[in-house]
Amino acid sequence: MSEPVPTNSPVAREYKEGFHDDIKTLNSVPKGLSHDVVDYMCDVKSEPDWMRRFRHESLDVFLKQEIPPWLPGLRDEFNYDEFTYYVSPVEKSSRNWEDVPIEIRRTYDKLGIAKEEQKLLGGLGAQIDSEMAYHNIQESLAQKGVIFLSCDDGLKQYPEIFREHFAKVIPPQDNKFAALNSAFWSGGSFVYVPKGVKCDIPLSVYFRINAEQFGQFERTLIIIEDDAFCHYVEGCSAPIYTTNSLHAAVVEIYVKERARCRYTTIQNWSTDVYNLVTKRSLISAHGVMEWVDGNLGSKRTVKYPSCYMIGEGAHGEVLSLASADKGMWQDAGAKMVFLAPNCTGRINSKSISGHGGRSSYRGLVQVAKNATNCRVQVNCDALILDPQSRSDTYPTMEVNGDLATVEHEATVSSVSDEQLFYLTSRGIKKEDAVSMIVNGFIEPIVKELPMEFAVEINRLIGMQMEGSVG
Amino acid sequence: MNDTFEIVNLHARIEEREILRGVALTIRKGEVHAIMGPNGSGKSTLANTIMGNPKYEVTGGQILLKGENIVGMSPDERARKGLFLAFQYPCEVPGVRTANFLKLACNARAGKELDTMDFYDKLQEKMKILDIEEKFVRRYLNEGFSGGEKKRNEILQMMMLEPEFAVLDETDSGLDIDALKIVCEGVNKLRGPDIGILIITHYERMLRYIIPDYIHILVDGCLVKSGGPELAAHLEQHGYDWITKDK
Ligand SMILES: Nc1ncnc2c1ncn2[C@@H]1O[C@H](COP(=O)(O)OP(=O)(O)OP(=O)(O)O)[C@@H](O)[C@H]1O
Ligand SMILES: [Mg+2]
Repeated sequence: MSEPVPTNSPVAREYKEGFHDDIKTLNSVPKGLSHDVVDYMCDVKSEPDWMRRFRHESLDVFLKQEIPPWLPGLRDEFNYDEFTYYVSPVEKSSRNWEDVPIEIRRTYDKLGIAKEEQKLLGGLGAQIDSEMAYHNIQESLAQKGVIFLSCDDGLKQYPEIFREHFAKVIPPQDNKFAALNSAFWSGGSFVYVPKGVKCDIPLSVYFRINAEQFGQFERTLIIIEDDAFCHYVEGCSAPIYTTNSLHAAVVEIYVKERARCRYTTIQNWSTDVYNLVTKRSLISAHGVMEWVDGNLGSKRTVKYPSCYMIGEGAHGEVLSLASADKGMWQDAGAKMVFLAPNCTGRINSKSISGHGGRSSYRGLVQVAKNATNCRVQVNCDALILDPQSRSDTYPTMEVNGDLATVEHEATVSSVSDEQLFYLTSRGIKKEDAVSMIVNGFIEPIVKELPMEFAVEINRLIGMQMEGSVG
Repeated sequence: MNDTFEIVNLHARIEEREILRGVALTIRKGEVHAIMGPNGSGKSTLANTIMGNPKYEVTGGQILLKGENIVGMSPDERARKGLFLAFQYPCEVPGVRTANFLKLACNARAGKELDTMDFYDKLQEKMKILDIEEKFVRRYLNEGFSGGEKKRNEILQMMMLEPEFAVLDETDSGLDIDALKIVCEGVNKLRGPDIGILIITHYERMLRYIIPDYIHILVDGCLVKSGGPELAAHLEQHGYDWITKDK
């Protein structure tokens, strides 16, 4: 095993989550992907036959699928046989912290996760490597029929609801990484909010990779019934190694009639992690879906949260924030697909590139022929901090429905000398002035985040941008 | 020494073009000076050079703040030493709330973290003097502010930062008649033995509210004439022609 790089190494990004703990592995498989690994996982998890078949078929799809040419670097950059596809340090997910193995608890203590519980949360989940170590929901929500389990437990305890919805929004054929996840999925959350129930305190999940050269494939399935509401929040981190890891999640969401779902992500992987995630929601009539997607870490992120408006008057929204520092490439964006009349959508994307980092906005707006009178507004703003850094925009629009209104605005800016002079002329130091301007740039998105996340993001971005303007 | 701001034979250029060609001026605390001069004569260049805008290069001379030569110092250092510039064109900083910005600036000026309550008390007092609405400071810094609001915001910052020497670059332009009066009253409240003020303006009307001790005329990067407040009225009537012809 290679030495973890000390977190105080002179890299641009200060990454306090980059530590690594020695945690005993209970179950794991040899490196590489194979049908044997699939069988092993099905056995360990005692899964029903249909899931075993699904996994094997997905692996076949994966092996056949190509990575699209518009994702340069991912086609030959890594060897899939370098990763380990299942590593589990726990037997099962616990409802009490006391039952979580002590060394895992120590990791979560260092990350401040156990303390999260004391904050006002409707539920908390914590995944380490392949499995959920902890998953619990507040009694008051459980009594209203809200289900919040690890995805594996969802399959076991609610097999009908699970099977009816699973892999229907994102089938394995959707893309190579979705197929990979479908074959090796493990952990993630299963959320069910019954009709009319408003889950007004967030359900929160934290994903941690501890193992080296590892592939984490959590799978999340969220079903919000008619008139219900839920806010789901996820965060993540990993140690700094000198080797790569892979995180390929799939998140499927059903927003039924007049329901609303907000899904907030603060992605803060170490710069060893390839983060290749497929997130999609189906929105029924007058439902509302809001993706708040913050990408602050990873070596490479490929993620375009999607809204499929399938019912009349549905509303989809993506607020995307990406910060690409040294050694990072954030390929983020959004998809809005209008399949019904009178729907509305909004994409607001902000990216910051510094220290040679690269960010891309990739967006798709599609309006089907029968989706009349739809309205969508796209704003994407890029801030580039130095000449070494880069930002690109790849918007695609396919509008077939009548009376559609599509607005697209894109800006690219740098921290202007004029702004710097103005702020410093008031006694504010240059570094602080840069940080103010950068934080001001992302403020429209940060203000949508829960308070503690907003504070954390401002801190992280302040740190990343230190010394980045010459 | 400790109560003077002195510009000695200052030369400055922007992009290879020399704009200031030997400016000399001494301001003592307690005094108000005014500089007038035709468009393009170098007034804003002087103001920016005093504050240390990196766009302008000093090619000769000195700027002495309380005896210390500040040429080469960063703008923030100058500000913390008590210098202030009210901008002719204040720039917008999206996403940064005016009040938060002011708090950080005041902390920097004080060299310590100020008590939040004290800060807000003072802010409210100054806003009242300048007839600024409460919600104004919750808005993003200068973003979407009207011309007059921006100028008022400059004076609010000056009142909060309590500089020892301040340069006001065309603070009057963009202000309506009532706003001009309010802003000038604000400046007059600050006026006193602890501050020296340099006002740059095109119009006599501002100088009718803030009567300066001296008026100087800048033409082509040189101060060509100095006099008392009566000079303003003369300029209002006769323009700059008689000076440029004199030369
Ligand atoms: N960035 C620049 N590049 C080249 N020349 C410049 C630049 N900025 C200013 N100048 C020139 O320097 C000269 C002085 O400009 P300055 O702004 O100091 O004039 P001013 O006296 O303040 O004029 P006004 O009364 O219009 O505000 C002008 O001729 C102007 O065109
Ligand atoms: Mg000017």
